[in-house]
Amino acid sequence: MRQVAIYGKGGIGKSTTTQNLNAGLATMGKSIMIVGCDPKADSTRLILGGLAQTSVLDTLREEGEDIELELVLKKGFGGIRCVESGGPEPGVGCAGRGIITSINLLERLGAYTDDLDYVFYDVLGDVVCGGFAMPRREGKAQEIYIVCSGEMMALYAANNISKGIRKYANTGGVRLGGLICNSRKVDGEAELVSAVAKELGTQMIHFVPRDNMVQRAEINKKTVIEYDPGCAQADEYRTLAQKVDGNDMFIIPQPLTQDRLEALLMEHGILDS
Amino acid sequence: MDVKSEILTRYNAKVFKNRKDHILRIDGASDGAQEIAANTRAIPGIMTNRGCCYAGCKGVVVGPIRDAVTITHGPIGCGFYSWGTRRNKARPGPDGKNFIQYCFSTDMQEPDIVFGGDKKLRQAIKEAVEIFQPRTIFICSTCPVGLIGDDIHAVAAEAEKLYGITCVSFSCEGYKGVSQSGGHHIANNGLMKRVIGSSDTPPATKYSVNLLGEYNIGGDGWEVERVLKRIGYEVVSVFTGNGSVEQISRAHLANLNLVQCHRSINYVAEMMKTAYGVDWLKVNFIGVGAICASLRAIAEYFGDEELKGRTEQVIAEETAEIAEDMAFFRDRLTGKTAALFVGGSRAHHYQALLGDLGVRTVLAGYEFAHRDDYEGRDIIPAIKEDADSKNIEQLVPEKDPKRYRAFLSPERYDELRRAIDLEAYRGMMRDMPDGSWVVDDLNHFETEEFTRFLRPDIFFSGIKDKYVLQKGGTLSRQLHSYDYSGPYAGFKGAVIFGRDLVMGLYAPAWNMVTPPWKKGKTEGKSNA
Repeated sequence: MRQVAIYGKGGIGKSTTTQNLNAGLATMGKSIMIVGCDPKADSTRLILGGLAQTSVLDTLREEGEDIELELVLKKGFGGIRCVESGGPEPGVGCAGRGIITSINLLERLGAYTDDLDYVFYDVLGDVVCGGFAMPRREGKAQEIYIVCSGEMMALYAANNISKGIRKYANTGGVRLGGLICNSRKVDGEAELVSAVAKELGTQMIHFVPRDNMVQRAEINKKTVIEYDPGCAQADEYRTLAQKVDGNDMFIIPQPLTQDRLEALLMEHGILDS
Repeated sequence: MDVKSEILTRYNAKVFKNRKDHILRIDGASDGAQEIAANTRAIPGIMTNRGCCYAGCKGVVVGPIRDAVTITHGPIGCGFYSWGTRRNKARPGPDGKNFIQYCFSTDMQEPDIVFGGDKKLRQAIKEAVEIFQPRTIFICSTCPVGLIGDDIHAVAAEAEKLYGITCVSFSCEGYKGVSQSGGHHIANNGLMKRVIGSSDTPPATKYSVNLLGEYNIGGDGWEVERVLKRIGYEVVSVFTGNGSVEQISRAHLANLNLVQCHRSINYVAEMMKTAYGVDWLKVNFIGVGAICASLRAIAEYFGDEELKGRTEQVIAEETAEIAEDMAFFRDRLTGKTAALFVGGSRAHHYQALLGDLGVRTVLAGYEFAHRDDYEGRDIIPAIKEDADSKNIEQLVPEKDPKRYRAFLSPERYDELRRAIDLEAYRGMMRDMPDGSWVVDDLNHFETEEFTRFLRPDIFFSGIKDKYVLQKGGTLSRQLHSYDYSGPYAGFKGAVIFGRDLVMGLYAPAWNMVTPPWKKGKTEGKSNA
């Protein structure tokens, strides 16, 4: 079982990319579980066709500790098992503790079955506290992909997340598997992301071009692969799935200094356009 | 090598550097000019006896108020372990309300941490209102509440509107500040902002006083009140032993504040002076000599000859009544030695009573005092503020234009400042004999070492080290709670204290026990 966590700046397209990637892996015959680690609980919407998922924490609150796995685990496209951790409304409580509680509970309920090829954790944008680092602690996720674009703040976030991975690399054994560029059509994007990836010691595992097809599929509460399997964008996600499945480059990242990161941004043409 | 060097050489460089300034030996020639480090963070890894901010706010200051429901907002442990352990006593007032035998807690569970505890707090307030109908509810925060950022102040404001009660919330999360001292300050601020001055029922007489920093442990406050009332004083309020919101709300109308525990309540004394012009006087009702001096100073403050006469009469009668007992206990205790590690004031106060009984103090230390409690208030301007102290709000109230009044003329005030401890505190160290030891934030290692070197007959401390000391053969009594005894304050309390000491020292049960850590050795030897 490969446990994979997807991180990245807020709004960069983590959930969309994760679900499309998973749809690709599912069509390859892989058995997958997605654990949404975002209080908004919207990490599995495309796989489940918009089905309102009862989150683990809501169930815990309402039902107490005596929970059946069936209550919180739903199967969607390609047999993908979907779980949403859930969490408090914005501004109250502790979403980080929620993730820890939720993952512990899933383990106790026996959600991690041996037949799974993949468990994916889709984690909220900023790793603001220990709770959001949970999926990469205690030997859970072993590989991490960072979704980013060629935009400056997305790369800042990628670099920061790398620092966090480094912190847990020695204790939890977590490794960085690569950057997934979710294109925003900025100048020299592929080159820039590749350059940053190289400095981090990793790779840009795939460049996902920007395509309105993603938007259309989302409106229809579907992944691109389910909505229009024959389109070019579906091919991109299938390619990404194959690359992830065949990936053998797992490293402890070397985070860039602020100066070096800014120098790279200058070099790759953000400022000369 | 003296005991200080012995101890310090066992520390690594960093700890050595820190601890060396917290330990000193009284040098009689210095005339009280010795400086000690205090109110700084305990060193991680060292077994300190200190409490937390919540303990200071809820456990010490707010908890003893009898007619308010004090809700501990947090997981159950904090509420449970602060339930009745200080032995603050209270009787219901005229309204029949007395909640201090209860423990109110929101009992936060994991889902409350995740989703926020505010809903449960609202529910707890609702239940408390429905079941107990208090006029006042206090909310005390524990660590997790601060970590997840529950807006307890908004919940309190909402409860006031909803139920027409006073609801005061204290952000006294345990991790705030360096010890329980921060919690005292937070509690003082809350009482000043929300309770003091909220009622204007005047005292009936001129000789009206508040008793500040008296927590009625084992009934101390009752004994002090008994004596004060005998002389003719009107005790408007007590902060906070057997105290009530009803009394405290009119405390600003008393003519004088008597400050017993300087550390925990000096903030209120100062703020009441600024806002309402009430003078304060440092007193000590522990120890016969100290009580007499305090009673005379109070009479001097009011300056009435008849009052002074009554004071002398009461002193004469009270001391005569206990003279025989005190002489008997003194006879049995003279020459004994004591170590004191307690509070931010008690280590000082009890030296007076021990002195009355012929017991010499060889070591005294405070858990959470500041430098002024050791060295006297004169040095306050020299205390360096640090980030930890700045973290606690320094409330400076405005002078109340309508209710501010000065009891004394400026001339009389100046005159009395020279004669009595009016708005002054000389600190503990000036009253300590040459060659005795002073240790701030004494830890377990140092407790064992000092006990080994100084061999005190009795070690006054708290629950955290009491049994280590006793199993090592040294009698120990808790001065935080008086174990199962008290009162120790006032004239009658002095006798009870003397009796307890004699009982303990003349029944040296602990001396006859071989402690577990010595057992192995002895057995090993006998086998060999």
